[in-house]
Amino acid sequence: MKTFLAFITKEFRHVLRDKRSLLILLGLPIVMMILFGFALSSEVKNSNVAVLDYAQDDASHLLIDRINQSQYFSVQQYLHSEAEIERVFRQGKVRLVVIFPQNFQEDLLHTNHVQVRLIGDASDPNTSNIVVNYASNIFRDYQNELSDNKKLPYSIETETRMLYNPQLKSSYNFVPGVMTLILMLLGAMMTSVSIVKEKEMGTMEILLVSPMRPLLVVLSKAVPYMVLCFIDVIIILLLAVFLLGMPIRGSLLLLLAESLLFIITTLSLGLLVSTIVDSQQTAMFLSLVGFLMPALVFSGFMFPIENMPLPLQIISNIVPTKWYYSIVRAIMVKGLGFSYVIKQTLILVGMTVFFLGVAIRKFKIRLA
Amino acid sequence: MAQPVIHTHQLTRKFGDFVAVNAISFDVQPGEIFGFLGANGAGKTTAMRILCGLLSPTSGEATVAGFDVYRQNEEIKKHIGYMSQKFSLYENLTVRENIQFFGGIYGLSRQELKEKTNNLIERVGLHDEADKLVGSLPLGWKQKISFSVAILHRPKIVFLDEPTGGVDPITRRQFWDMIYDAAHEGITLFVTTHYMDEAEYCDRVSIMVDGAIAALDTPAGLKKQFNATNMDEVFLQLARGAKRSDG
Amino acid sequence: MATVHVENIKKTYEKGTVTALENVSFDVKSGELFGLIGPDGAGKTSLFRVLTTLLLPDEGQAQVAGFDVVKDFWEIRRIVGYMPGKFSLYQDLSIEENLNFFATVFNTTLAKNYHLIEEIYVQIEPFKKRLAGKLSGGMKQKLALCCALIHEPKVLFLDEPTTGVDPVSRKEFWDMLDRLKSRGITIVVSTPYMDEASRCDRIALIQKGKILELDTLDKILGRYTQNLYAVDADNRYQLMKDLRMPAEIESSFAFGEEQHVTLRTQENGERYLTNYLTERGHTSITVRPILPNIEDTFIKLMLENQ
Repeated sequence: MKTFLAFITKEFRHVLRDKRSLLILLGLPIVMMILFGFALSSEVKNSNVAVLDYAQDDASHLLIDRINQSQYFSVQQYLHSEAEIERVFRQGKVRLVVIFPQNFQEDLLHTNHVQVRLIGDASDPNTSNIVVNYASNIFRDYQNELSDNKKLPYSIETETRMLYNPQLKSSYNFVPGVMTLILMLLGAMMTSVSIVKEKEMGTMEILLVSPMRPLLVVLSKAVPYMVLCFIDVIIILLLAVFLLGMPIRGSLLLLLAESLLFIITTLSLGLLVSTIVDSQQTAMFLSLVGFLMPALVFSGFMFPIENMPLPLQIISNIVPTKWYYSIVRAIMVKGLGFSYVIKQTLILVGMTVFFLGVAIRKFKIRLA
Repeated sequence: MAQPVIHTHQLTRKFGDFVAVNAISFDVQPGEIFGFLGANGAGKTTAMRILCGLLSPTSGEATVAGFDVYRQNEEIKKHIGYMSQKFSLYENLTVRENIQFFGGIYGLSRQELKEKTNNLIERVGLHDEADKLVGSLPLGWKQKISFSVAILHRPKIVFLDEPTGGVDPITRRQFWDMIYDAAHEGITLFVTTHYMDEAEYCDRVSIMVDGAIAALDTPAGLKKQFNATNMDEVFLQLARGAKRSDG
Repeated sequence: MATVHVENIKKTYEKGTVTALENVSFDVKSGELFGLIGPDGAGKTSLFRVLTTLLLPDEGQAQVAGFDVVKDFWEIRRIVGYMPGKFSLYQDLSIEENLNFFATVFNTTLAKNYHLIEEIYVQIEPFKKRLAGKLSGGMKQKLALCCALIHEPKVLFLDEPTTGVDPVSRKEFWDMLDRLKSRGITIVVSTPYMDEASRCDRIALIQKGKILELDTLDKILGRYTQNLYAVDADNRYQLMKDLRMPAEIESSFAFGEEQHVTLRTQENGERYLTNYLTERGHTSITVRPILPNIEDTFIKLMLENQ
């Protein structure tokens, strides 16, 4: 145990003294989150809106005015029937259609309850999500103004419908995506590079000619990276919640536990790589091409897996990132509990055991 | 007397508070084999880097092949050859490909290149190995080839940084034969070595101690000055007095 | 008893196409300072790696302190100290951190075994906070030796510890080895510097994977008498050229300020060389018969084995 601790101390020293790697390890998630966050939320100003106003009363006119005056929207068209909605979306002229029901004002004032329908073009899910949120805010503000002077609160319910992509895939999903990518990249690459470095520097030669069990050498290298990856998870979650305003709907504890599992998966992949290759460049290259690319393509983050040809769909199942991504989305976005992610969790556990097993079997106790 | 190929005057290089090279002054004449000795950390490498145009001095003056080390380091690089144990040849190219590549760097024409390549292979006696990968050759041969490559573009001066470390005794001497031949053709050779018998092969030898040149003379002159029978003793007398063993 | 026993070891690489060691056999006695002397690529490193259980031999067998290098490798790893040819410590850790780390790896502590390395360590202790990557060659070498000694090894394997190190540090290093030897540690050391042969109890001359000769230095030198002369004249370059030409001259190599020349005919070598060089117009000619040194002998053995 003392040896193990000595090893971990040494590994932390390596990591902390290598300022460049440290910058990558901690800077990359921050940069990625901010880039994705802003890239995805920058285009919502002056979105074109179409209005289908069945009510044609004072209240509806006032609200249409407010929408038009807001910095986010400009009302482009007035529609006359629901059949036209599809057409304007197809033409790509508008991002949002607002439908006021008949007797809007009357119902609002007498029954205190009315429903407005907001229809977004979810083929660009992030933008439409944001657009719909902004529009809902305008209605909420109006409702609050009215309610201020009255005892009974008024309620305008906004019913949102997304066309073309009703489940809103990938909106906000970039947070789970970034987490998946970062952990895959850093976990596998940093571990394999740091072990291969010992081979390259010749220090592995001395460690092998010692009573140390070689496996212990390698496992102890994984510990600091486990800690660092975990810090990355926390950084990403903090940024998601406080910078991007994305709530974590499910259990935070469960999310962290699943993340830890996935970190161990990526570290064991890194160990596996380090038993195969002999140079740091190869390790890095293999991690980038062998892990990052499949992670991008097959996790469902960038391209929906359902739309892929069957062979690719089958291949996607052996990519661990797919399962972690689905776990994070389930917990973070959908707010589901452990019972919904048991399958994915078990698959990840299985993969980890497999990778570790192969890595241990392949680990050389001699130089050749 | 001809213009010296290397001229330094009060050449100094500091790294922070540390004076790596402390006001060294010497001249090297054309066609001379100049031995540049010193203990590890005495400042040899730093001085050599300045003269190769890789590092700027802090103060003092130096010209190499007539070019100023402060302003004309690109010119210097064109007129010198450099060879060390660490940087030599591409292991995964053949002997012929290596020669052609390095010749190409110095802008030799295709015809010239072909001629020189054949010439060189002939001279080093590598007929059968010309199309083998450099990585598969013994160290001694690599060093011979890399020296030949370093003088391929007829530089005025060649810097050799421990060219013979670990080489077998016969090849080591064949290597020095090549150095003599090059000197005879008018190339100036600036050599560092840890083999003290090789210091005897030099026309003149300088010994650096703690960043300064502690002695500079012909091997015979140095032995006389220090009342020693060989260069090993001269070196030990000088280097034992060194204060810093670190650089 | 032999502390290191090597019997017909053969090692090849690249599926047998490159032979690194060919039927190498020797014994190192307990408490001996044994030198493996030969140029780069002679097979020294392969031999060290076989003996330190890092590589499996193709054929033959070897024991270190009675343990078989193939079967009992865990035992061997516990009792040997190894200093690889390349500086193999952590460049981004300080002297002290490196030492502490390696002490722990070998289940001991710096404090407990301080006395083992004290003599060497005191020379670098003032810099103990400095990173290993920032040390000079001589200091790195001392640190590496400390790290190899920290667990009180029975046998010490040092692969080219003095390569690239200046003559002063080299001398100091060999003085340190003498003191370690006097404590009873068996030391196997390799070097490409032939002059270091005189610092070893016994030496093996090794070239192209084969042991050319094995004995004490004096005995080896005595075994190869040569018709050898040291020759000098004013014009060294011309002298070298001229000595290469006649058929009577077997070999001529530069040795420091002189040329070492061997002749095919036994008689009147001095007169022959003096006459020949005078004919060629040389001045200040000196010719004197000499006894071969280690390099003369190594060259002769190399030529015979070609």
